[in-house]
Amino acid sequence: MSLAAKSLLLIAVLGLAACNNPDRYGAGGAGGAGGAGGAGGIDTTGLGDPNNPTSIAYFNQTVGDRVLFQVDQSTLTPEGRGVLTAQANWLNQNPGYAAIIEGHADEQGTREYNLALGARRAAAVQNFLISQGVAANRLRTISYGKERPLEVCSEEACYAKNRRAVTVLSAGAGV
Amino acid sequence: MIRPMSKAFGVLLALALGVATLVAAPVLAQSSPPRIVIGQGVIEPMPIAIPTFIDEGGAGDYAREISRVVISDPERTGFFRNIGEEAHISRITSFDGGVAFEDWKAINAQVLVTGAVSVAGDRITVKFRAYDVFNGTTLEGAALQFAGTTQGWRRMAHKVADVIYSTITGEGGYFDSRVVFVSESGPKNQRLKRLAVMDYDGANVAYLTDSASIVLAPRFSPQGDRIIYTSYETGFPRITLLDVGSLNRQTLEEQPGTMTFAPRFSPDGGTIVFSLERGGNTDIYSLSLGGGGLTQLTNAPSIETAPSFSPDGSQIVFESDRTGTPQIYVMPASGGEGARISGGEGRYGTPVWSPRGDYIAFTKQNAGRFHIGVMRTDGSEERLLTASFLDEGPTWAPNGRVLMFTRETSGGGGQASLWSVDITGRNLKQIPTEGPASDPAWSPLLP
Repeated sequence: MSLAAKSLLLIAVLGLAACNNPDRYGAGGAGGAGGAGGAGGIDTTGLGDPNNPTSIAYFNQTVGDRVLFQVDQSTLTPEGRGVLTAQANWLNQNPGYAAIIEGHADEQGTREYNLALGARRAAAVQNFLISQGVAANRLRTISYGKERPLEVCSEEACYAKNRRAVTVLSAGAGV
Repeated sequence: MIRPMSKAFGVLLALALGVATLVAAPVLAQSSPPRIVIGQGVIEPMPIAIPTFIDEGGAGDYAREISRVVISDPERTGFFRNIGEEAHISRITSFDGGVAFEDWKAINAQVLVTGAVSVAGDRITVKFRAYDVFNGTTLEGAALQFAGTTQGWRRMAHKVADVIYSTITGEGGYFDSRVVFVSESGPKNQRLKRLAVMDYDGANVAYLTDSASIVLAPRFSPQGDRIIYTSYETGFPRITLLDVGSLNRQTLEEQPGTMTFAPRFSPDGGTIVFSLERGGNTDIYSLSLGGGGLTQLTNAPSIETAPSFSPDGSQIVFESDRTGTPQIYVMPASGGEGARISGGEGRYGTPVWSPRGDYIAFTKQNAGRFHIGVMRTDGSEERLLTASFLDEGPTWAPNGRVLMFTRETSGGGGQASLWSVDITGRNLKQIPTEGPASDPAWSPLLP
């Protein structure tokens, strides 16, 4: 058993949530949770014109911001590799953006296992983008496990869309 | 309304006496005290009479409310059946007065519980006595008095019920305990989650966090004074430690590029074990809360998560998908590869070691259904206790006899709720909560 770095300590959490909170689903993100007060306030990012090829809207709609996975898998499909190659090209041409890669799972699994599975999927995307020349310090990952399905039905048609990794852009050179 | 002695009652006594035949009433007069042996067989509930506790001064509504809890706790176990007051022949008018046992025998009460409540200022005193009706004696150890503040009236009622339950079953009590859980609201694709605690029966809810960030899978410390869980408060999933008294929170400092989750306390409360993900790979680590280093316990390219200590602290049961599907393994608390113990069809997860040390509870997924099950610590004697679209995440009652878990319904309107079942698979019950709820974790028995 190896000893890992010893920098893991318990520290006070107060104030940590104030900036660079990537959680689009928290109080500052879509919908708003209520009662959040000041912490995790609203981050504003301009989406731009989808016809402008350097805009986030263009990336999301034309390049494609997500890849899908088979049940229990984190291996990239040929189609997924195609999308990620285009993402990498775009990121290489638009160095003013950083990205957080969100990994998600469908609801067929336990909560904590799915968190780990979502992390695996996000890492697969991150590794591929890095292999295509995107600087590692522009990419970060987060897993939501089965906590944030995109589609809510309990059928494969929905599950297939929920097993995803989404590349979420933000303005700024690093994360 | 006088009921004849039920056949069920005879079976109970036969069990208690170790004889196979129904015995006649006169013999019962010299019988052993009423006893329920919790085993695999089907047991009919034992009839018990609990007249409303007497108001010995200033008790007001407390006497009636406490009586309700003292009645409801044993009944919820499925092992007792309360004989309603409308069937009682005698009235109990004085706590220390004589008891007309013939009147309680006549309605087939095996156990009679009398009690009294008094209140002075904010102090409340609850006393009770449980009788073996057929022998006309007080059950040994079941005549006690509890005193405290009126705010704690429900706990005192749970304590009375714990003594009754323990005396008759020989098992430890579990009613005077709390459950931490995740209270849920909002649509399925934007669920809001906040930490809450309640009495084991769903009453006395208090919220510990707001719903600004996702919170997952809380666990009580062995002393019940702290809760550890996974929170997205910093934007990323991170282990957070909450002091129940002050509600102060601390979070585990991030190591860049990692995610930490699935934290659990060691039996002495001094160490936590948890999952740490780095570069997509999840392994199990431990950290001393007293300020020690981080120790890596597993080292494999697969997912290792959901650790749970054995009650003596010497071993850890966990989940790993190293063979391709999640299965359950046991390793020394110092780490190692671990030995697989799950052997059946399907996927196994969320293993939790019983506080008695005798079983491991788990979630099983097979053929499109989820189950809560138990197995021996070597993986033998697997039994599935429940089945539904989605059952997940068992937690043990402090006496190791009951499990609580999350059940979620399917579809876009699917919602989570809390359920309990005893380890024989009987007495499946939904825990009443204000709204949807998930991820229950039982506290130890309160002091």
